[in-house]
Amino acid sequence: MTTARAPWVLLGPACLAGAFALLPLGYLAVRSLERGPGFAWSVVTTEGTALLLGRSLALAVVVVAACLLLGISLAWLTVRTALPGGRAWSVVATLPLAVPSYVAAFAWLSAVPELAGFTGSAVALTLVSYPYVYLPVAAALRGIDPAQEEASRSLGAGPVRTFLRVTLPQLRPAAAGGGLLVALYALSDFGAVSLMRYDTFTRGIYTSYRASFDRTPAAALSVVLVVMTVALVALETRTRGRRGHARTGTGTARPFTPVPLGRMTIPALAWCGAVVAAAVVFPLATLGYWLVAGNLATWDPAGLLNIAGVTLGVAAGGAALTTVLALPVGVVAARYRGRAADLLEQAAYAGHALPGITVALSMVFFAVRYANPLYQELPLLVCAYAVLFLPVAVGATRAAVLQSPPVLEDVARSLGRSPLRVLREVTVPLAAPGVAAGAALTFVVCMKELPATLLLRPTGMDTLATRLWTETGVGSYADAAPYAAALILLAAVPSYLLGRQRS
Amino acid sequence: MRPSVTRCISALALAAVLLPLGTACGIGSEAGLVIYSGRNEGLIKPLLDKLEKAVGTDVEVRYGASAELSAQLLEEGDKTKADLFLSQDAGALGALAKQGRLEKLPQPTLDRVAKQFRAGGGEWVGVSGRVRVLAYHPGQVTKAPDSVHDLVKPEWKDKVGYAPTNASFQAFVTGMRVLEGDDATREWLKGLKANGIKAYDDNLALLDAVDSGQVALGMINHYYWYEKVAEKGADKVTAKLHYLPGGDPGALINVAGVGVLAGSEHNAAALKAVDFLLSKEAQTYFADETKEYPLASGVTSTVPDLPPLESLKAPEIDLGKLESLQQTLTMLREVGMV
Repeated sequence: MTTARAPWVLLGPACLAGAFALLPLGYLAVRSLERGPGFAWSVVTTEGTALLLGRSLALAVVVVAACLLLGISLAWLTVRTALPGGRAWSVVATLPLAVPSYVAAFAWLSAVPELAGFTGSAVALTLVSYPYVYLPVAAALRGIDPAQEEASRSLGAGPVRTFLRVTLPQLRPAAAGGGLLVALYALSDFGAVSLMRYDTFTRGIYTSYRASFDRTPAAALSVVLVVMTVALVALETRTRGRRGHARTGTGTARPFTPVPLGRMTIPALAWCGAVVAAAVVFPLATLGYWLVAGNLATWDPAGLLNIAGVTLGVAAGGAALTTVLALPVGVVAARYRGRAADLLEQAAYAGHALPGITVALSMVFFAVRYANPLYQELPLLVCAYAVLFLPVAVGATRAAVLQSPPVLEDVARSLGRSPLRVLREVTVPLAAPGVAAGAALTFVVCMKELPATLLLRPTGMDTLATRLWTETGVGSYADAAPYAAALILLAAVPSYLLGRQRS
Repeated sequence: MRPSVTRCISALALAAVLLPLGTACGIGSEAGLVIYSGRNEGLIKPLLDKLEKAVGTDVEVRYGASAELSAQLLEEGDKTKADLFLSQDAGALGALAKQGRLEKLPQPTLDRVAKQFRAGGGEWVGVSGRVRVLAYHPGQVTKAPDSVHDLVKPEWKDKVGYAPTNASFQAFVTGMRVLEGDDATREWLKGLKANGIKAYDDNLALLDAVDSGQVALGMINHYYWYEKVAEKGADKVTAKLHYLPGGDPGALINVAGVGVLAGSEHNAAALKAVDFLLSKEAQTYFADETKEYPLASGVTSTVPDLPPLESLKAPEIDLGKLESLQQTLTMLREVGMV
């Protein structure tokens, strides 16, 4: 932990990224105050706003708790134990990330209609978003020096006590970062809650657009979400603390020996199997049913391939830009204390709970005014992905940097290395696995993004997600199934690479 | 391995910068007519392909949901690339007209459609219509009521179904508010609720329920029934339709329509496109494909058993006013329906 101010070579790009992420807020300020603060205030204080907010928060709390349970338990089982097929499990455990929330919700709803409402929304959202916790926690578990746990065991602590007192605290930054993302995801989701008919704050914002064709009340309501997000980020900063958890001993960390599960092997396998069955197999089986029930003659493999290619391209662009922007913010957030660092991190997250439509409209607002040639061209879409998903990559980067010992950077600096070289030769290489995980995560979420893609894509361009939306819009689930399946299969590639990192 | 990681990240950074720049090279290619379509691609693409031929310029179509597209058009303002907006409902067009974003259409074009299916100020024109009707199970209902107001009476207790989240139902409630006022509408909704009305996900599910006799009667859009008949055959569909007489609010006719954006660079082509959408070819397409009513005068639907549009007694209402859905939703929420 350094208390010195961040060098400009870090702070400059980080501020740029922060400013970028704040674009939607600028838009909200303009729109919500369009008819004066009095009007905005009257919208926000309408009866029902508090109720919707309460419902949204209740959903977020339950989903975060469930995701922490699922994410941490699966990460520990797949990374640290002798679970049979560990690597395969770690690949499939990340797959649900590729399942759009509305596909999961639809699958559950068609199988168990009674789930409609809070329960169904919580189930669907948990099952698609627990990888946000799983991935950083698994990465953190891989980075922990087993010597600390061995020391704890040799001092007489049992395995459970060791996990709770030594391992879990080290996982806190990763778990808290993941939990924050899950909370913001649950707050901003529209697809699952609208299918499940559970009225949330975000659904209120959407209906405000749909029902009144008026952007001012929607913007005023969105401001409430921003305030809530900032509060959540502050809460998370408190929860995780700013302690680093790097090893300080000499030599390099040794690979850990997997914990034998013994009699617990069967229950452990059953647990992993149940989660994967609910989160991956079940939606895939529903897609399979759509395929079989539908007319296979309408398949268009060439078109599908083309659209898959386009999707991969824009998602790769989005992931690349997001990762590059997130890097300085993540390093500053992990390494430096102070007002500037805090504000930067807040800025990166501030817009993340906003519904996609609001972020998309803010990009429309700025692009038509200040970057008209780019409007509805690919670069703008890629930029929108970066604004939407910056926190996903920032969280991963920060957690990764926190795990590498700051003393190495201090040494490098004392040996006369410039801040830029320290970053390039020490910080980034050490954090690389975590940064890569963040990039892969961003890649997957870019692939399934819908509302912003619809508004900002070049006219005539389709991604798998927009195609899926079109087909389900006319009720042809059979025609939609190949696109949904392709989405999940493509997401398996980064998941596979993430899973391989173990070796 | 370490240097390769930094190289990887540098490559990533480079890609992030170059990829957008590279793809930006296509900028500046002058597009033809740009259409924003709130109607689904699966439904309307074949027609727009014909439109392209009829108009004689390249046509680019951006698909989305009507409400989102109208918010986008408002945000784009006079910088929009769009020339034409095809909307699923009149409300979205009304919102754009109110902000002065639509150009007044030429009178001859407007005159091809009856007054109640176009904007009072001539900014948009309806291209296809859908009627609110009652679907009933003939085994359980001998005589369907002639007004939705009857549905709150004891004889209809636990017999009626509806789709409260459906946009067409909400448009109908908005229409009722405009026609009869908020208090009367709220009382009616409360009466329905007290009378044990059953909620369904959408019109299709509701019609299936009526057809199988799960519920005796349901408020739906007319075309769901005709599509079901076209798909399954008339003898396989048990449910019957009842068209409400006398301008009952339950017989609202809503439209999908089109407007030309103010300041469109391709004004002439856009107007040609509007005329094409009102042509016999396009109108027949709507009638056949969606079972909606063609609205251009002189074009009649050939869908079997569909009563002529002129025979319907819809309530008289300015469809552009159906944009005040927000209060409707608040009301539905108060009553506990959504």
